[in-house]
Amino acid sequence: MDGVHDMGGMDGFGKVEPEQNEPVFHAPWEGRVLAMVRSMGYAGAYSADHARFARERLPPTTYLTASYYQRWQLGMEMCLLERGYVTAEELTTGHALQPGKSLKRKLTSEVVSAGLARPSFHRQQQAPQRFKPGDRVRTKNIHPITHTRLPRYARDKLGVVEICHGCQVYPDSVAVDSGDNPQWLYTVVFTSQELWGPDADPTITVTIDAFETYLDPA
Amino acid sequence: MASSHDNDHEQHNHHGSELSETQLRVRALETVLTEKGYIEPAAIDAIIEAYETKIGPRNGAAVIARAWADPAFKKALLDNATNAVASMGYVSGVSDYLVAVENTQKRHNMIVCTLCSCYPWELLGLPPTWYKSAPYRSRAVKDPRGVLADFGVTLPKDTEIRVWDSTAETRFIVLPMRPAGTEGWSTEQLADLVTRNSMIGTGLALNPGEKA
Repeated sequence: MDGVHDMGGMDGFGKVEPEQNEPVFHAPWEGRVLAMVRSMGYAGAYSADHARFARERLPPTTYLTASYYQRWQLGMEMCLLERGYVTAEELTTGHALQPGKSLKRKLTSEVVSAGLARPSFHRQQQAPQRFKPGDRVRTKNIHPITHTRLPRYARDKLGVVEICHGCQVYPDSVAVDSGDNPQWLYTVVFTSQELWGPDADPTITVTIDAFETYLDPA
Repeated sequence: MASSHDNDHEQHNHHGSELSETQLRVRALETVLTEKGYIEPAAIDAIIEAYETKIGPRNGAAVIARAWADPAFKKALLDNATNAVASMGYVSGVSDYLVAVENTQKRHNMIVCTLCSCYPWELLGLPPTWYKSAPYRSRAVKDPRGVLADFGVTLPKDTEIRVWDSTAETRFIVLPMRPAGTEGWSTEQLADLVTRNSMIGTGLALNPGEKA
């Protein structure tokens, strides 16, 4: 979706302001949000792309004014409500009012290390690989209203395939509950002039990781 | 303009009611999820502790220092970072597909996630607030030299800058250039020169005697 989360190339947000000696969490609730998001993801309540799509659907003003972990909290609530793990009444009252759904598994103290390991996103190929490193490609001009990982700034642009990463879970499909639908994934390089016009600094190149469905031969 | 973190602070400082609303909301959710049997508060504590004490940029620094000291490992890291890092058993559960990109005199690499906040957690821990902020996510792909200037880094005008936007589950880590004057150093000594930002590409490794 063409949301405010898709920030690449936008102007007006000002300077990057690194914080000296930044703590991992700025308040205890931030850590609890992070740990709950990880626990419920491990439990199979949602995938990373469900969670991303939920945050993308927050009202733009909320997305831009909430802090990072506030967005995570709001996105997690949205996922859990939509997927039937909690009810609005439960969130309002702060107590369970009906039994929980069954989980794929539970992140308990005994399995914390395993629970924090990153899952594999590689899947068996469904079709032959269409591109190889060195191939010229043009990204599609698409504007799905659902989750996609093709950023706006890199649509309808000419690039060159640099790396093939194999076949992986397709976020655009997973986020709308249409299954893994595995697709070949490539790192594609663009010149800054292709992305930002003839006046752009010619010493800069930018890559994205693009699923094969985002690409046409060029 | 305020970053999302400053924003959070404003709420701490000037809008106390909003902060307590967030705290109450988080507490309510934790209570509901616990009562429904979905989560275990002790596991929540352990996850927080892991990210506060174990899963951080020292893991990545150990990988970089070994690559500087051991040419065979450096080659393995650049060929297939997932496998190379997995071979270092003490680094926490490595990501599915990790790519290490090497800085040279000719090319400087920088990592961003314009769409959300993708970051190699297993090697660098949780991302700093600036990495997740609108200023970084918006400008890194369009004005990387300007972003580097915000970090006090100026590169020669003819150095190529390659920005890697983490739009899928591939995770990237920068192999910074080894500082001069470190010949014969141990990997432990070298690791102290590897800053988090040097592995994201918004900084350079420290020189001997230089403080972070």
